Amino acid sequence: MESQNPSARVSRQTWYFDQDVRLLSSAVVVGPKEGKGPLANYFDKIHSDLYAGQQTWEDAEKQLMADAIQILLKKAGIADKDVDVILAGDLLNQNITTNFTAEQLEIPLMGMYGACSTSMLTLATAASLVNAGYATRAIAACSSHNATAERQYRYPTEYGGQKPPTAQWTVTGAGAGLVGIGGSGPRITYATIGKVVDMGVKDPFDMGSAMAPAAASTLQTHFADTGRSPDSYDLIVTGDLASVGYPILKELMLAQGYDMDKVYNDCGLMVYPPDEADVLAGASGCASSAVVTYGYIVDQLNKGLLKKVLVCATGALLSPVSYQQGHSIPCIAHAVALEGGI
Amino acid sequence: MATKTKSKRIGSMELTQQAYQQKAAKYQPKRNVLLNCWRAFWVGGTICLLGQIIQNMYIYFFDFTEKTASNPTVATLIFLSVLLTGLGVYDNIGQYAGAGSAVPVTGFANSMASAAIEHRSEGYVLGVGANMFKLAGSVIVFGVVAAFIASLIKSVFQMIF
Amino acid sequence: MEYLIAFVVGGLICVIGQLLLDVAKMTPAHVMSTLVVSGVVLDFIGVYDKLIDFAGAGATVPITSFGHSLYHGAIAEAQKNGLIGVATGIFEVTSAGISAAITFSFLASLIFKPKG
Repeated sequence: MESQNPSARVSRQTWYFDQDVRLLSSAVVVGPKEGKGPLANYFDKIHSDLYAGQQTWEDAEKQLMADAIQILLKKAGIADKDVDVILAGDLLNQNITTNFTAEQLEIPLMGMYGACSTSMLTLATAASLVNAGYATRAIAACSSHNATAERQYRYPTEYGGQKPPTAQWTVTGAGAGLVGIGGSGPRITYATIGKVVDMGVKDPFDMGSAMAPAAASTLQTHFADTGRSPDSYDLIVTGDLASVGYPILKELMLAQGYDMDKVYNDCGLMVYPPDEADVLAGASGCASSAVVTYGYIVDQLNKGLLKKVLVCATGALLSPVSYQQGHSIPCIAHAVALEGGI
Repeated sequence: MATKTKSKRIGSMELTQQAYQQKAAKYQPKRNVLLNCWRAFWVGGTICLLGQIIQNMYIYFFDFTEKTASNPTVATLIFLSVLLTGLGVYDNIGQYAGAGSAVPVTGFANSMASAAIEHRSEGYVLGVGANMFKLAGSVIVFGVVAAFIASLIKSVFQMIF
Repeated sequence: MEYLIAFVVGGLICVIGQLLLDVAKMTPAHVMSTLVVSGVVLDFIGVYDKLIDFAGAGATVPITSFGHSLYHGAIAEAQKNGLIGVATGIFEVTSAGISAAITFSFLASLIFKPKG
């Protein structure tokens, strides 16, 4: 049963934010393909060109993240010096997108890496810093870009290699959220920090199968720790399990008595229309969960159309070297509960 | 390192890696092998047909012989492939045709051109120069090593007998 | 008629490649490396030359012919100049293809930008 007065440390993996921690504002910037998708109206800015007016793909991704944070500050009506810390990450080696963007903003930076789980990793940590009083305002942000991810993890973008139907399409986009105490906006109530889970899946073109166990682990831990069940929420989303991981997760949860059927969706299935060319199994990348959460879900919570949402972002923690050396893919998932109008 | 039969915890359940992968396999879409083979067949066949036409053109119009015509033919196909790669079209052909566009020498040229074009942002020496053989390198290495060993064996054999 | 044979034989070699991709689940680089070594082996046992006579471009265009050319160059040079020819002759026949690929790829990097 859910506790009426949870303590801050609910358990080893689950935190409760006992101060009135709010997601005060959010912003999403995307590329052309995402701007033509079903959630286009929930995004703040759509770039019509994958280069976003820059010379290289990497600079384009920096532009997306910088745009997202600038729009966020404008929407919240504050300046960058009013923000105590930015927690951010991306998919690129050494987090270069985050580092160079933070340099422009002159906000103290805590760079974080969670692969595609970075959106909730940064949001959970931002909420904890604010709740504990170490920051009055914190920004949680992340980004990904299809071309930078392809050229780092897989093949040059013009290469004619055929991808299997289990492959996913990295979202080009950036999402940012502003966290503070009091004010209006969805309340951040719980966060469950995931453990690394590796069930021996080795195929980097089938992330859904690799990541589903990590999502199951975090979600089951969350329910056990909080006393909640899937029906406690209006919507539960995973970050990017896509069409392969989605049914696997449902089965793993059902096997432990958690029926997710009525409330479960996956961000990787929401960003693009079904049967979109090149997308194959669905969307992936840090931005998959970020654009859906900071764009669509926050909007619905603010309008009261959704009341309690659990976002479980999933990440695959491999590198091209680990894969070539024959290792399987370790994965992780972090979950954050967002509740409107309490 | 855990073996495939050792149980692992996922939340509140215990599952072996093997059991999990069997579960997951149910939901992995099966590749449409027949359709992919058909597409590879007709696209690959067409590229070879094009090669035959080009070769005959070099023989009849440019006075090459059957033996010497294959050089300009291969060079022409490589040129076309690099052009299509640069125009951003080859990757779409590749997703459709699979081995049909990868197996002909055009696929080799595409792997080099795509790597060269992609890594220009890192400069011409460390970017283009160093990365050009990223994908094609293994073909050259294995071809040369195999040819070296095979021709060595054949030559020694002929010397002895 | 030679056009039909080139089409069919070339197509079938590609089908073998596709089966390696889809059934053996190999990566494109592994498939190409396997095919090029197969070209060497088929020439070693004397089959590939006959295939080229039969199918023309259907056998010279696929990457298997690259293996054949490497082997051919090495053997031809070894017959002329002795064992050292195995090393000096390897790139003799394929020189046009490799030079063209390198030069055109470099020129492409000067002219084109990747489109994603």
